[in-house]
Amino acid sequence: MHKGKLWRRIRPHAAGWLCASPWILGFLVFTLGPMIWSIYYSLTEYPLIRPPVWVGLDNYRFMLQEDKFFFNSLRVTTLYAIVAVPLHLVMGFLMALMLNQKIRYIALWRTVYFLPSVVSGVAVALLWQWIFNSDFGLANWLLGLVGIDGPSWLLSPTWALPALIIMSLWGVGGSMVIFIAGLQGVPQALYEAAEIDGSNAVQRFWHVTVPMVSPVILFNLIIGLIAALQTFTQAFIMTAGGPKQSTHFFMLHLYNNAFQWLKMGYASALAWVLFAYILIATLFVIRSSSLWVFYEGEIKGR
Amino acid sequence: MATGIGTAVRHQVDFRIRAGRLLARTSLYMVLSLGAFLFLVPFVWMVSTALKEAGDVMKFPPEWIPQPVLWGNFVEAFTQDYAPFGIFFKNTIVITATAVFGQLLSASLVGFSFARLRWWGRDYLFLVVLATMMLPYQVTLVPVFVLMKVLGWIDSFLPLIVPFYLGGGAFYIFLFRQFMMTIPLELDDAARIDGCGTLWLYARIILPLSGPALATAAIFSFLAHWNDFIGPLIYLNSVSNYTLSLGLRILQGYGGYGIQRWNLLMAASLFVMLPVLLLFFFAQKYFIQGIVTYGVKG
Repeated sequence: MHKGKLWRRIRPHAAGWLCASPWILGFLVFTLGPMIWSIYYSLTEYPLIRPPVWVGLDNYRFMLQEDKFFFNSLRVTTLYAIVAVPLHLVMGFLMALMLNQKIRYIALWRTVYFLPSVVSGVAVALLWQWIFNSDFGLANWLLGLVGIDGPSWLLSPTWALPALIIMSLWGVGGSMVIFIAGLQGVPQALYEAAEIDGSNAVQRFWHVTVPMVSPVILFNLIIGLIAALQTFTQAFIMTAGGPKQSTHFFMLHLYNNAFQWLKMGYASALAWVLFAYILIATLFVIRSSSLWVFYEGEIKGR
Repeated sequence: MATGIGTAVRHQVDFRIRAGRLLARTSLYMVLSLGAFLFLVPFVWMVSTALKEAGDVMKFPPEWIPQPVLWGNFVEAFTQDYAPFGIFFKNTIVITATAVFGQLLSASLVGFSFARLRWWGRDYLFLVVLATMMLPYQVTLVPVFVLMKVLGWIDSFLPLIVPFYLGGGAFYIFLFRQFMMTIPLELDDAARIDGCGTLWLYARIILPLSGPALATAAIFSFLAHWNDFIGPLIYLNSVSNYTLSLGLRILQGYGGYGIQRWNLLMAASLFVMLPVLLLFFFAQKYFIQGIVTYGVKG
């Protein structure tokens, strides 16, 4: 009887816990557990074939003092993010503005711009490696049409990273679609009111459109930033980090340490540095957002 | 007379405004066309290369229409014994289908639990779900690899499938939860009065009503597994277990060091992209819905 009473109290909760249990198990086995192990590994030397040996903070010391690729990979990754992410925002936003007007065949236009963003992975990397072929590639053919003698792109330490940035812009359709949805969420009444107040189109853009979609800008900024800092496949397939380490992304460095050189301990330390970097960058963006992101609720709240 | 002049002026102003609009329109269409050209030309380039003879690939300026049109490149890309694409295709289908199924099943069940059931700790755990969205996969990469090694799962499909049966990932749980919250709660009450159990409620009432969420999740899950590179790269060793992504990677080295058979590579790449493109043309709505749910409501 006593047992039955307890069961009656637990029962309504048990169903919920049971349905959520796949995730709870997965979280413990594939997220929380590995996170704790990862901290431990980052403090050991662990060549996989032998058990881990405690080395304290030596991995982090090695990173800062001896690893000659570490700072370069940070620099490459940061440079890529700083250039590619704002370019994505500006291009995505401009395209959304153009495709949020009353134009003919609007669905078709949107499809064309959105299409390249749905393909990804190795196939796309190979396509762009061929496009950037310095002798027979599409990029230099197009440049030749306007009279420019194109560079050797992926073979040039100067142009390899810009090539990867240009390639990433092909996928800008994803953020464009989010911007279009954001633009469509701006109440028409605001534009009408601004027009009655005698504003011109430019003023309406800066004082109505931009503030109203600023939360979407913030979202695209954060998602883009996180993705850029984790860039891997393109660099791995197209340049393998070269030439002269000019595309040696952080994630490539991590992969090489873990799975080429089997330095599992050191790779774990690198992973935590990447995590800290992403976290700090994201928090910085979110902090700064109070200066430039406008939430409708702010007015209603006052 | 005065009215006549007035009308003339008005006509002139009218004309100026209309001319200005026309100019704006025209330039808009020109910018859009130029952009569309730049966004589409890589695809055309890819198809054109895929159908060329090896010798014609290395012609500059390029010939856009291959002469002759070599459909045989697709056959050769598939049948050369350097990288057995038939096997890769089969492996990719097996992994993708099993992983997508598990991901949908488990994420929808967990999402159902968070959206429709009341239980102690639910809201705290949902915060944890959201927090894991922020965690980059690199942090768990090494320990999960070690775990798979301990389990003896390296060089099998299991590491690429089993984890997705356990929760299916925060994004998918979130997607299902958000959708299932919009289904009227009265349905649950009615079902309960009829003596319906929790699993029955999930399987027979809530899940069938979650069609759009299922479609969106299925598409994103398909894309993720079909295109996955780092997972197979880390876990699969023998060529007979390779997926298409890894197959493309070895085909890259076909024909000796430094000399790439671009016509075959483009044919194979096109083949790998094709299912994604087909899916996109048939289900564009859900692609956009998924991105927007994530971006605007998220």
